[in-house]
Amino acid sequence: MRTISASEITKAVAKAAIQANYYLGEDIFGALRQGRTTEESPLGREVLGQLIDNACIARDQDMPICQDTGLAVVFMEIGQDVHIADGSLEAAVDAGVAKGYTEGYLRKSAVDDPVFVRKNTGDNTPAILHVSIVPGDKIKIVLAPKGFGSENMSALKMFPPAAGVAGIKKFALDTVDAAGSNPCPPIVIGMGIGGTMEKAALLAKKALIRPISVRNANPDYAKLEEEILSLVNKTGVGPQGLGGTVTALAVNIEYYPTHIAGMPVAININCHATRHAEIEI
Amino acid sequence: MAEPIRIKTPLDEAAARNLKAGDSVLITGVIYTARDAAHKRMVEALDRGESLPVDIRDQIIYYVGPCPPKPGQPIGSAGPTTSYRMDAYTPRMLAEGLRGMIGKGYRSAEVVAAMQKHGAVYFAATGGAAALIARTVKAYEIVAYPDLASEALAKMTVEDFPAIVVIDSEGRNYYQEGQKQYRRL
Repeated sequence: MRTISASEITKAVAKAAIQANYYLGEDIFGALRQGRTTEESPLGREVLGQLIDNACIARDQDMPICQDTGLAVVFMEIGQDVHIADGSLEAAVDAGVAKGYTEGYLRKSAVDDPVFVRKNTGDNTPAILHVSIVPGDKIKIVLAPKGFGSENMSALKMFPPAAGVAGIKKFALDTVDAAGSNPCPPIVIGMGIGGTMEKAALLAKKALIRPISVRNANPDYAKLEEEILSLVNKTGVGPQGLGGTVTALAVNIEYYPTHIAGMPVAININCHATRHAEIEI
Repeated sequence: MAEPIRIKTPLDEAAARNLKAGDSVLITGVIYTARDAAHKRMVEALDRGESLPVDIRDQIIYYVGPCPPKPGQPIGSAGPTTSYRMDAYTPRMLAEGLRGMIGKGYRSAEVVAAMQKHGAVYFAATGGAAALIARTVKAYEIVAYPDLASEALAKMTVEDFPAIVVIDSEGRNYYQEGQKQYRRL
């Protein structure tokens, strides 16, 4: 049994919140650069150039890439041989979010109740926390800030199995088309297929933290990722929706066994600022 | 790419009607910032027969909720937010004399009709280019609704703020025109 204090978790979460918001991943940088060479629209190429410049300014000056520093989505893998001392896990994570968002000059975008009062909580808490217990004696924290320009364009549909690949492709295409310029294209598309309703949604979110340069290990799903990417890049939406051939940088799919009667499909849209930071304790 | 058109605020109707969908512009002067929460309060004030906290005639509203500034900065990262959330309030603001809006994304048919009627223009800034845009912001001062924090109504002084005219006062829509050119389905 290894003891990890709650304050260590708080420190790690704070650090991850700042890192994720300031420093765009190399996989996204690479895809933006690649996009700038393949984009057919001159205005689209200019927009992609602005996004590359923006990420460089953010990195060099320690500033948020985007002003929407998001809700703090936290995935934690806790080793089953870890004992957390001196406080509760949830409180430690929330304290880390508050610390990171305050000390990092990040925007506080959380409101307390979603319908009536909508009062800003002031420190971007609570986190959206997903915990899994794994073998070992370590804690892995992945913090993925999620902006809502793109989150609002996400969708979930419970398909009958007969809908098949054609149904999935049409759903992805319709979702990207309807989103158009709103989610700040070029977008990254996270898809969760299978499980139950909430499992599919969670898989779609998890898909967004896989590097976009890595395809699904299952060749059938890897092929589906490529085919959907090629399809959505024919919509003409283009960078910022101003028209062009680079609407999405990647499609990441995660899948899970499901019921004999169903095929849940969740699509989580992310903007080009597909951000995450990982810390292991 | 054509050379950008330099515009200064306030923007009168003739200047707004001169701008055409697809034009690149650099905006200099004072603009105001507000998101949906501030718009809701402004429209509620108008409904009660009160005047707005600022005179918006011939002004531009930038849909933004910036990050807080680090010491020594006027503002933190400050890119546009998605505009459709303001659609419910926008025709009323245009009737009050609002001349321009900066945001990102599509607008409703009601907003476009009101823009045509009153001679207003909708600019798109690059969503996500928040650190780059912050460099063009020289001053930021909250003028109303401070409890809304990042969403407060604020006065922002900008210099060469880069944007594109996406919907002009004749209702021409550059999103539609641009996308049509590259659609291959």
